[in-house]
Amino acid sequence: MSDRPILRVQHIAKSFGTVLAVNDVSFDVRPGEIFAFLGPNGAGKTTTIKMLTTLLRPTTGSLELDGLDVTMHPTEVRKRFGVVFQDPSLDSELTAWENMDIHGVLYHVARHARRARCEVLLRMFELYERRDDLVKTFSGGMKRRLEIARGLLHTPKVLFLDEPTLGLDPQSRNQMWTHVRNLRATEGVTVFLTTHYMDEADRVADRIAVIDHGRIVATGSSAELKQQTGTDSLEAAFLALTGTMIRDESATAADQMRQVARVWRR
Amino acid sequence: MAVVFVLWLREVKKYLRSRVQIVASLGGPLMYLGVLGFGLGPVFQRAGEGSYLQFMAPGVIGMAVLFTAMFSGIAMLWDRQFGFLKETLVAPVPRLAIMIGRTLGGATVAVLQGTLIFVVTLIAGFRPVSVLAVPLAFLLIALVAVVFAALATAIGSTIKEMQGFQMVMNFLVMPIFFLSGALYPLPGLPRVLAALTRVDPLTYGVDGMRGLLIGRGSAHFGVAFDVAVLLAVGVVFVAAGAWRFSKIEA
Repeated sequence: MSDRPILRVQHIAKSFGTVLAVNDVSFDVRPGEIFAFLGPNGAGKTTTIKMLTTLLRPTTGSLELDGLDVTMHPTEVRKRFGVVFQDPSLDSELTAWENMDIHGVLYHVARHARRARCEVLLRMFELYERRDDLVKTFSGGMKRRLEIARGLLHTPKVLFLDEPTLGLDPQSRNQMWTHVRNLRATEGVTVFLTTHYMDEADRVADRIAVIDHGRIVATGSSAELKQQTGTDSLEAAFLALTGTMIRDESATAADQMRQVARVWRR
Repeated sequence: MAVVFVLWLREVKKYLRSRVQIVASLGGPLMYLGVLGFGLGPVFQRAGEGSYLQFMAPGVIGMAVLFTAMFSGIAMLWDRQFGFLKETLVAPVPRLAIMIGRTLGGATVAVLQGTLIFVVTLIAGFRPVSVLAVPLAFLLIALVAVVFAALATAIGSTIKEMQGFQMVMNFLVMPIFFLSGALYPLPGLPRVLAALTRVDPLTYGVDGMRGLLIGRGSAHFGVAFDVAVLLAVGVVFVAAGAWRFSKIEA
């Protein structure tokens, strides 16, 4: 492991109008590690991921990915990471292969390499047999696997996974984490993930940062967090750090749209 | 270039795969052709204007192109909420390439749909004056398609909710259709209506198609003028679409 962090976040803040969503957040992620970013709903996780993935500009502070300033060189930075958003971002009217192929073109992967890489990844994620089926016929777990396979197509240095196991059954979740853990060996990729399942973070993450109310409240390995809080499970540690109060998020326009769509699709 | 092509191809593939949607989209134009075309035909004839079917066929083709092109805007709202748009927005490619690929894709689909309706009008009894005029008419149809696909991109980049798009359908797309002179002749209209038809880009598309497909005398403004207006509007709309698309926040 080299000593330069692959991700360096220094004193970033993001405000939307008068709301301060992320408030002076700093952390480093080392190359090759699996880094879990935990926090209750509305704590600032997704906003932070959006800033790291060039979708939002931080109000203040600096972000570096592989030594490149994220806001100064968004295009260069984009080539270096893959991302699986919380919401699916596949085209369900296209086949698995077509989704992969379009991604390859968008990331300037040459045709020959693209084919080879699509095949390797679809096999790795056990989707090769279904490559010519429309994505809308896939199960939730298959869609997630396809998204991860797609995110890896351009051989990124960092893979962002925003709640990759949300809505999956225990079997698919288990399989998902097996895949994620294998990635380090097969792809040498750094993984930055968020999840609400503490047992999962406990199992896969090398290091964990806990964010609450837009601020980092703890960083360290799972063992360190437990020790720090005097608890015996990561879940207990998490609750000790962030309290037991339930966070209400107001429904956004996106949530309302989703509801409309659910009715429409029937 | 490859990026523009692959996004264009995506739109076309999706269109060709959506058989049900293609069939459903024939409903509107068929209704106009069948019910209005044959229903108002005798009155039109008695007024000394000749065959109504002949007159309105270009209008119905224009309608199909307008609706299909504008629908690419709603497709963008879907892509925005159900993800694919984000996939393109984090890719290391210029926004302009994405916008052009999408818009050309939407325009191509509109031309395909226009072609389909053109065939339907032929079956219904529409007879263009000359076969040679048909390719020229298609150039015009392509221009109309680009104009409205670009407008759809601009609108789809600006509004975020489905309800918003219903507003657009009712207060923009329907008036564009009804004010275009697709269903009635332009000479002798009341002043206000005449003025409104003149600011409607589709008016020039339908007028130009008439000039090409059913004879020179039938174009109110003249084909050259129609093309000039559409080119100018096209440039403005494409610029507006590119600008709005560059402002999308995920």
